[in-house]
Amino acid sequence: MKLQIRYNINNVCRTLLQEKLDNLNVQSELVGLGEIEIKKNVSEQQFNELSGLLKKYEIHVLDDRISALVQKTKDAIIEMIYMDEKMPASKVSFYLSQKLNYSFGYISKLFSEVTYTSIENFIIIQKIERVKQLIIEDELSLTQIAGKLSYSSVAHLSGQFKKITGITPSAFQRIIKKRRTGNVGAAK
Amino acid sequence: MQYDDFHVLLADDDPDDRLFFKYAIEELKIKTVVTTVNDGVDLMNYLAEPNSKMPHVVFLDLNMPRKGGMECLKEIRSNKNFKDLSIAIYSTSGSEKDIEESFVLGANIYIKKPNDFNSLKKILAEVININWQYHTSGLNKENFVLSI
Repeated sequence: MKLQIRYNINNVCRTLLQEKLDNLNVQSELVGLGEIEIKKNVSEQQFNELSGLLKKYEIHVLDDRISALVQKTKDAIIEMIYMDEKMPASKVSFYLSQKLNYSFGYISKLFSEVTYTSIENFIIIQKIERVKQLIIEDELSLTQIAGKLSYSSVAHLSGQFKKITGITPSAFQRIIKKRRTGNVGAAK
Repeated sequence: MQYDDFHVLLADDDPDDRLFFKYAIEELKIKTVVTTVNDGVDLMNYLAEPNSKMPHVVFLDLNMPRKGGMECLKEIRSNKNFKDLSIAIYSTSGSEKDIEESFVLGANIYIKKPNDFNSLKKILAEVININWQYHTSGLNKENFVLSI
């Protein structure tokens, strides 16, 4: 037997959302399309529950909290790389989950979704940025820079530098020097 | 942390190259808008026009009639208004000397033109991705170099 049905997808969505919100005991009102106004503050747990429930229907909560957590992750990574003393030797995953109070798996997944890159790759990009800065400051040798940023050797650092930028650290150094001394080059 | 679409501009006189470039960009995960111009003169006019949407990255073909890529690179880098613009040189030459010279003149990215569409897609994906990271994480664009 075949039944013909007719439905209004908009109403289906609204009803579903309202039901889920009511179940969670979240006082809320659907405002227009794709927006929910929540009357009272929701706890982290309620929020996660809600996101999880809705995900099943491929309804995604576009929330500032996710952006905020990703931003915090970035900040923590940058802070770690720019520490004055040597970078912590402990595993980054441990450092981040301690610092942000979420499992590394969760942080890592959100991070990739929002930034289009992995945490690991982001760290490499940031470390190479730091290397560039230290090369430009011209106070430390490459060996010292490698030590400071927890590379196992200069070769390891140079290899990663070349992989990310396509050029060697010494070529980078030459380019920056020539840019500064020449009349041509980047306008400041 | 909401960003507008990523915007790139390609200056290339070869209509086929322009088309391949557009197709390759359309397939990327990061939503990217492409504008194309046919040569260096059109490019400089576009950038000078106050109503133009400023690109995040400009891709410059080196050999173009009227005004070539190197000339555009120098002009753009001598204008402070364009200091946030990343410049990608798009060249058939892969010589170390040409690469280094382009960087010294202020280019950020040097792309050796690939021979097939798949390589082009891969290269552009990487270029756009790293530019996106620079754009969204406030990295210093002045030190940004990528040879690919």
